[in-house]
Amino acid sequence: MSGEGLTVRDLRVTFDGGVTAVDGVDLDIGPGDLRFLIGPNGAGKTTLVDAVTGLVRASGSIRFGGEEIIGEPVHRIARRGIGRTFQTATVFEQLTVEQNLDIAAGAGRSALTLLRRRRNVPESVGKALEITGLTALRHRPAGVLAHGQKQSLEIGMLLVQDVKLLLLDEPVAGMSHDEREAAGELLQRVSEDRTVVVIEHDMEFMRSFARSVSVLHAGKVLSEGTVAQVQADAKVQEVYLGRASEPEPSVAVPVPVPAPVREEV
Amino acid sequence: MTTTSTPPTAAPATEPPAGPPETPFLGRFLGRFRTPAAFLLGAVLLVGVAPLVLSDFRLGLLAKYLCYGIVAVGVSLAWGRGGLLVLGQGVFFGLGGYAMAMHLKLADAAATGETLPDFMLLYGTEGGLPWWWQPFANPAFALAMTVVLPMAVAALLGALVFRRRVKGAYFAILSQALAAALAIWLVGQQATTGGTNGLTGFQGFFGYDLNDPINQRMVYVVIAVALLLLMAAARQLFVSRYGELLIAVRDSEERVRFLGYNPANVKLVAYVVAAGMAGLAGALFVPAVGIISPALIGIVPSIGFVIGAAVGGRASLVGAVLGAIAVAWAQSTLSDAWPAGWTYLQGLLFVVAVGFLPGGLASLRTVLRRRRTSSDRVGATKGVTT
Repeated sequence: MSGEGLTVRDLRVTFDGGVTAVDGVDLDIGPGDLRFLIGPNGAGKTTLVDAVTGLVRASGSIRFGGEEIIGEPVHRIARRGIGRTFQTATVFEQLTVEQNLDIAAGAGRSALTLLRRRRNVPESVGKALEITGLTALRHRPAGVLAHGQKQSLEIGMLLVQDVKLLLLDEPVAGMSHDEREAAGELLQRVSEDRTVVVIEHDMEFMRSFARSVSVLHAGKVLSEGTVAQVQADAKVQEVYLGRASEPEPSVAVPVPVPAPVREEV
Repeated sequence: MTTTSTPPTAAPATEPPAGPPETPFLGRFLGRFRTPAAFLLGAVLLVGVAPLVLSDFRLGLLAKYLCYGIVAVGVSLAWGRGGLLVLGQGVFFGLGGYAMAMHLKLADAAATGETLPDFMLLYGTEGGLPWWWQPFANPAFALAMTVVLPMAVAALLGALVFRRRVKGAYFAILSQALAAALAIWLVGQQATTGGTNGLTGFQGFFGYDLNDPINQRMVYVVIAVALLLLMAAARQLFVSRYGELLIAVRDSEERVRFLGYNPANVKLVAYVVAAGMAGLAGALFVPAVGIISPALIGIVPSIGFVIGAAVGGRASLVGAVLGAIAVAWAQSTLSDAWPAGWTYLQGLLFVVAVGFLPGGLASLRTVLRRRRTSSDRVGATKGVTT
């Protein structure tokens, strides 16, 4: 009904140079959550996502839907229903929007299906085109899309991939205000039956759309809770915001932001 | 451009007939019949016209060029669509060629009542026929091996290499090294492989006398038909979902991985198919040209196999094949008159094609048109649908 949960225990990622990017992270993300991961640059957010998706080697435990997935190759983890996007939108620029989505929908296709021409596309592709507003552009090469449209296409690809957990790395970076609003609403719609984790630097965006927040700092989880709880956390204010700010009123989403907290670190 | 709402579309998404692109009727009509028409024209020219107008000698040369064309079909798939710079196709060409040549030598020997091929008698091989020669006396086995052996080697090699994510220049260098290794090994095995001389002097071809011009013409027709069939098969791969996936892997392997595919397998299929085609080309080369030797499969010929495809347009099937035929023709023509210069010209062609015209001559029209209009419409789809 609402995606699968992710349970991370004592996760550690150490790079060849001896740098520990993720240093004993515990994380519980329940099914259907819309979790934001925030933290200063170098806090280990992207590395954490890399570890969950199998891109970097990690120690500890990552359980998804009750099963241990640590150490599995990237494509196996993807087939379990974990999808992700990258900081820079990566779509197949030479292929059309529709072809991009069709490929995303097809990881389970048989060899025989693969050898045949694509006569029509799965229903899910049409639906994703609609949700992302790309229907009119379906036969255009993805390379000519505007930046925001590419990001929408990426999310569309995750939808047809039928993932249960979406990991999005700065999905609204470089978007205009209106595009952010649209993307945020898209995320909320998407998270109705999926678990969504968003890495984001944009505090205003986070406040408007997060259901829960984890703050990472120096490879560790510094604080966790609702937006209000996290903002009220003195440790967060000290480390992440660099200065004490007046505590937020204890109303959660969406809060008009007082000037000092708006600053991005 | 930046809107995310759903504007009304010109054509409804639920169009009843099975034509997904919303092109005008005439365009769709032409699009549907253009490819079969071009294919038919090619078939008539190759199988019908060429044997009528060309002398035995010229037809023999064309047969040889068409063998290079067959290799180019595979190169177009693996390199043009899959991004695998296959600089070692000589290995597979050689395996197919030697498999065929070994059978022909054994059949020739059997026809004269000998058990050993003539060159082995010359070197006085002790202990009779080597064990790995023996099964090639069987025509069915030898024929199967011309394709199966290269494909098996490619599968083994590809599985090792692609799983380890070796790519780009490293993959190309590895392929080159392998081609060199096979050529050197063959040279060293004078007594069992004919060494530098290779295998040559074939008399018969499955019961037909190869010295008879009529049979040489038959060999030509077999090669032409093989080329046409393989082009049709490759085209099906190009337009299939697999073909789209292969382009996706070429352009962003990591992204494909995160969609739940193993790109190593996707690349492996293209690599193995290309190897099988090179093997068949090598096998057909043997009766057409009458020789297979290390000099035909080493580093230089291996590079030669991809130059034609690069010049003609590696991502375009027809471009790659015509390019391979044209470059092979130019080589025969120019290297006689100008032996030292040809090597430089060959290198120059490769550099110019890869550096300045990555789509080859097949993309020339698109490039020129884009330059003239300098509109922002990307011609990328052209390269995808050829």
